[in-house]
Amino acid sequence: MPELNPPAVQRRTNTNLDAYTGSFGRSEVLHLLRRTLFGFDFAQVKSFESKTLEQAVDTLLTAPSSAPTPPLNNYSLRTNDPNVAFGDTWVNAPFDVNFENQRKYSLKAWLFQQTQTKTNSLHEKMSLFWHHHFATETLVVNLAVNSYAHHTLLRTHAFGNFKSFVRAITIDSAMLDYLNGRLNTKRAPDENYARELQELFTLGKGADSLYTEDDVKAMARVLTGWTINFLNKPYNSAFVATNHDSNDKLFSSFYGNAILKGQIGSSGGDKELDDLLNIIFAKDTVIAKHICRKLYRMFVYYDISSDEETKIIEPLAQYFIDQGWEIKPVLKKLFMSEHFFDNLNRSCIIKDPISHLAGFLIQTKPEYPTNDVDTEYSIYQLGRYYGELIQLDLGDPPNVSGWQAWYQTPLYHRTWMNADTFPKRNQFCDFLLYVGYVKNGYKFMIDVVDVALQTSNPSSADDLIADLTQWMLAMPLTSAKIAELKAILLPGGIPDYNWSDAWYAANDPANSEHTSQLAAVKSKLQGLLKTITNLAEYQLS
Amino acid sequence: MKRRSFLKAGSAATVAFGAYKARALAESPLLGALRRRGNTNDHILVIIQLNGGNDGINTLIPLDQYSNLSKARTSVLIPDTKVAALKGYSGTGIHPSLTGLKNLFDDGLVSAVQAVGYPQPNFSHFRSTDIWMSGSDSKETWATGWMGRYLDQRFPGFPEDYPNTDMPDPLGIQIGNAVSLTFMGPNANMGMVLSSVDAFYDLVAGGDSSGSTPSTPAEEELAYLRMLASQTNAFTDVVKAAAGKGKNLSTKYPGGNNLADQLKIVAKLIDGGMKTPVYMVSLGGFDTHAQQVDTSDTSKGSHANLMKTLGDAIAAFQDDLQLLGHADRVAGMTFSEFGRRIKDNASNGTDHGAAAPLFVFGTGVQAGIIGKNPEIASTVTVNDNVPMQFDFRQVYASVLQDWFELSASEVKAAMGDKDFDTLPIFKSNPAGLDDYLDLVSRISLSEPYPNPAGDTAQIRLSSDGGNVRLELFDAMGRQVRVLYQARVAPGEMAVDVDLRGLPSGNYVLQLAQGPKRESRILTKR
Repeated sequence: MPELNPPAVQRRTNTNLDAYTGSFGRSEVLHLLRRTLFGFDFAQVKSFESKTLEQAVDTLLTAPSSAPTPPLNNYSLRTNDPNVAFGDTWVNAPFDVNFENQRKYSLKAWLFQQTQTKTNSLHEKMSLFWHHHFATETLVVNLAVNSYAHHTLLRTHAFGNFKSFVRAITIDSAMLDYLNGRLNTKRAPDENYARELQELFTLGKGADSLYTEDDVKAMARVLTGWTINFLNKPYNSAFVATNHDSNDKLFSSFYGNAILKGQIGSSGGDKELDDLLNIIFAKDTVIAKHICRKLYRMFVYYDISSDEETKIIEPLAQYFIDQGWEIKPVLKKLFMSEHFFDNLNRSCIIKDPISHLAGFLIQTKPEYPTNDVDTEYSIYQLGRYYGELIQLDLGDPPNVSGWQAWYQTPLYHRTWMNADTFPKRNQFCDFLLYVGYVKNGYKFMIDVVDVALQTSNPSSADDLIADLTQWMLAMPLTSAKIAELKAILLPGGIPDYNWSDAWYAANDPANSEHTSQLAAVKSKLQGLLKTITNLAEYQLS
Repeated sequence: MKRRSFLKAGSAATVAFGAYKARALAESPLLGALRRRGNTNDHILVIIQLNGGNDGINTLIPLDQYSNLSKARTSVLIPDTKVAALKGYSGTGIHPSLTGLKNLFDDGLVSAVQAVGYPQPNFSHFRSTDIWMSGSDSKETWATGWMGRYLDQRFPGFPEDYPNTDMPDPLGIQIGNAVSLTFMGPNANMGMVLSSVDAFYDLVAGGDSSGSTPSTPAEEELAYLRMLASQTNAFTDVVKAAAGKGKNLSTKYPGGNNLADQLKIVAKLIDGGMKTPVYMVSLGGFDTHAQQVDTSDTSKGSHANLMKTLGDAIAAFQDDLQLLGHADRVAGMTFSEFGRRIKDNASNGTDHGAAAPLFVFGTGVQAGIIGKNPEIASTVTVNDNVPMQFDFRQVYASVLQDWFELSASEVKAAMGDKDFDTLPIFKSNPAGLDDYLDLVSRISLSEPYPNPAGDTAQIRLSSDGGNVRLELFDAMGRQVRVLYQARVAPGEMAVDVDLRGLPSGNYVLQLAQGPKRESRILTKR
C-alpha cells in the first residue's frame, strides 16, 4: 500500500482573505468552477469567462428559483402502492410499511438526480456539504417522507442563516428520529443529539471547545419533549409539554455559568430552544471557526496549518459572526479571496465521489430518457450505487460525523482513494464510454462525438486535446503525455489532416465514408476520453 | 523440410498420410482433438504494428521487376546494387537497412508473405487500421478485434473473475498508446496497456520514475494518486513480479531504438514466466509522404532509419529469446495498415497504397517467401497499387490454427464466422511451402491476348488440378471481378476476360491456387 502520510509539503501561503485582484482568466474560471460545481460542460467555461470574478461568484451564490420536482414512485410496477400511482410523487402519501424501503431508494436516486441538473449555482454542492454536516441516514430514519423533508430543509437553508438552520435541524423529524431526540423525555433523557449538537454541528471538538459532560446532560434536558407526530401526516415534529423537563438548566463556566430558565406549557419547547441557541451561539468564535474550517476543507484544501488558521480561518470566522451567521457572505468572501486563487491552493483537492461521478456525467452528457420513470430512476440508481461503491452513498453517510474524507486527520481527501475505489472510478467512465447501461431497451451511453463537439475546434487534434485536457484535468500534462494523447487520434505520427478528414467525414452524413469514419472517430475518441479520465490528474480538482 | 517438421509435431497419423492428405483430414475428429489439446498451448504471439503504412515495395524489393519499377519510382527507388540479397531468392531483395531481418531470413527464421491486403482497399489510416485490427471486410465496421475474439474464446467471461489461479496474468499486453481494437473482446478490452516504455518502468518502480519531488500540494496529491494507481491495477503485482524475475541476455539491443526497448520488455516478461499469450508493440513514422529517402543516396533517409530500427529490434529480440530458451514458444508478426503507391510522388515520398508484404518470424515458421513479387506495369500512373495476393485474414487464420492450435470451428468463430484458407507460414501447417511450390501444385498463366485490349480479352491458365481462382484487380488494387473459380482437373483452359464497363488503364489478372500466385498485367485501351 502507498504511504499514508500527511502532506510533507509546507504551503508557504502569503495570501489572505483580501479580495483577489489578479486576472480572472480561463484558469481562474476553471479553478472556481471545479471547486463550486460537481461538474460543468465546456459551454459553462465560456459563459463564465465573460464575467468578472464578482459576477461569477454572485452567479454561483444564486440559488435555483424553484424547488426540484419531488421524488417519484418508481417502484410499484410489480406491486401496486395503493396510495401512490406509479410515476406520481410519494412525498405526501401516508406511511406504508410495505413501501418505505422502496421510497427510501427512490429518495436516494432522487438525490443523485439533483446532482445531474446542469447548474451555475453552488447551491447543489452546498446541499451536499450540509448533508455531510448535519448527517442523517435515510435507511436508519424510519419514514422516507421525513428524510425527504430533511433534504428539503438542507436545500432551503443551504445559503441561509446558520443559526436559524441549527434551530430547524434540531427539531427536524428525521434528525429527531436519527439521533433519538424523539425518545428524549424528562423521565428518560437521551443525550445523543445534545452531544452532537455541540461536538459536530456547532462547536466542534477543537481545543477551544470546552463544553462538559454536564453541559451535554443539561442540553438534553432542554430538548426533552420534542418528538415526531407519527400518527398524522406529514409526520412533523411536535412538542409534548408533559414530557418536558421544565426545571432550570445550569451550564458550565465554558458557557459563562449560564442558567436557562425552565418553561412550562406548549410553547415552552420553542422558548427553551431559542434560549439554548443563544447560550450556544454566545460561543460565537468557536462555532464560526469550526464551520469555517469545514468549509475550507471542502472548498480550499484539507491541510490547515497555523498560518491558514491565523490568516484565513480566524478573520473569516469573525466575518461570519459580523454578518449575523449569514452563510452567503462568508462563501462570497472566501471565493473572492486572493487565498482561494493562490496557486498553492489550486488543483490539490482529490475529488469526492459525487464530483467524480456526477461531474463526469455533466461533462459528457449521456442523454436521459423522458417520460420513462422506471428507466430514468434506474439510471439515477446506477449513479447512486456507484457512489456507494466508491464510498459516498448519497442519503446514507457512514455515521453522524458524515464522510471521513472531509474531517478525519491525517488522510482527509486521500481517504476517498484506495486499491478498491480508484479502479472503480475508472470503471464507471469506461463503462459509459464503451458499453453503456441498458434498461428497458434504452441505452444510456456517452456520445463521444457530442463531447468533442462541445470544444472549440474538434477538427484539429491539437485544439481538441488542448480543450479537453484543460477542461477536464486540473493540472497541465507534460508535452510527452500530450503527445501520447495525440497518438491516440493520430497513431504512428501520421499527419494531422488525417484526423481532420476523418472528423469531417464522421460529421457529414452525405460523405461516402461517413459510416466507417464515424466508427473510427468514435473509437479514437473513446480511447482519448478513457485515457484522460483514467489519468490521476482527472481525480484532482 | 516439411516432413521433418511433421515428425517433430509428433503425430504419427499425419506422417502416414503425408502432408497433402493431412490437409484434407484437417477437420477429422482426430486432428480436431489434437488441436483442442493445443488450444491451451504456451505459444506466444508478438504483434509488431508499423504505424502509418509501410512502403512494401522498398521493403521487400521485386528485383525481377526492376526495369519497370525504375520507370515508376524515379526518386525513391533503391539502386539494385545496394539492395540486400535474400538467400535462395534471387528475384527478390530486401532493404539494405533491414539487415537484422535479412540475417534472420537467411538463417531460416522468417516467413515473408507477399502482397497482403484485402479485396477493396481503403486508403484512410483510421479505416484501414480498424479493418486490420478487427478483421472485418472493408465494407463492415466491427466493434471487436481479432485477438479480442480469440482471447474471449480461450478465457470466457473475462473480465469477471479474472485474474484467477488459472490465468493470473493479463490476457494481452500492449505497449504504447491507448487500448487498441485488436484486443477488444465482446465484453471488455482484453489488453493491459502500458502507455509507454517509461510507463512500464514506472509501474515496476512503483510510482513516478521522473524523479521530480512534489513542490506544491497539487503535485503531492498527484504523486499520491499515481503511486496508488500503479499499485491498484489488477495485474500490477504479476507484471512487477515477472519483471523482477525475468532477464534479458542479448547484448544486441541497440540504444535509442524505441521498438527494441518495447521488445526487450516483452522478452523480460516472457522470461519472467508470464502466461500472457499475446503482446502488441508498435513503431510509428511509416507515413512517408515526403522525404522518404535522401536525395543523394536513396538507400538512406527516414524509411531506411525505420527499416534499421525494425530489423535491429527484431534481431535483438530473437537473439534474446534464443539465449533465454524461449524461442520455440514465440512468434512475431509485423503488420501495417497498408502499403504505399507504386509510383513515388513529387515530395520524394510515396502516398497511401494497398497490399504490402508482412513478416512472421521465429523458430516455428517455414522459412521462405509465400507468393510472388508484385507485377509492375511498364507504364504506371499515379494511382497504381499493388493488388493483394493474400487476404490478411488468411494470415490471422494461420496464426490461430497453426500457432495457437485452434480447431477449424474455433478459428472460424474468431474470424467472425468466416472461412479463410490458411497459408504455410508455420511449420505446423498441414501444407508445406516446398510441397506447394514444387510438388503439389504447378500453375501458370499465359500472356493475355490481345493486350492492350478492348472490351474482351482471353487468357489461358494451367494447373495440375484443384481449386483455382482467377481474379481481376484494377490499378488501384481493388478487386474488380472474380473471373473464374472452380475445382478443375489437371490441364489447361482458356478464360474470357470481360472488360466491359471498366475504364481504360492497367489491370492485374491474378491466378490463385492455395498459397500459389501468378499474375499478368492487362491494359484496357
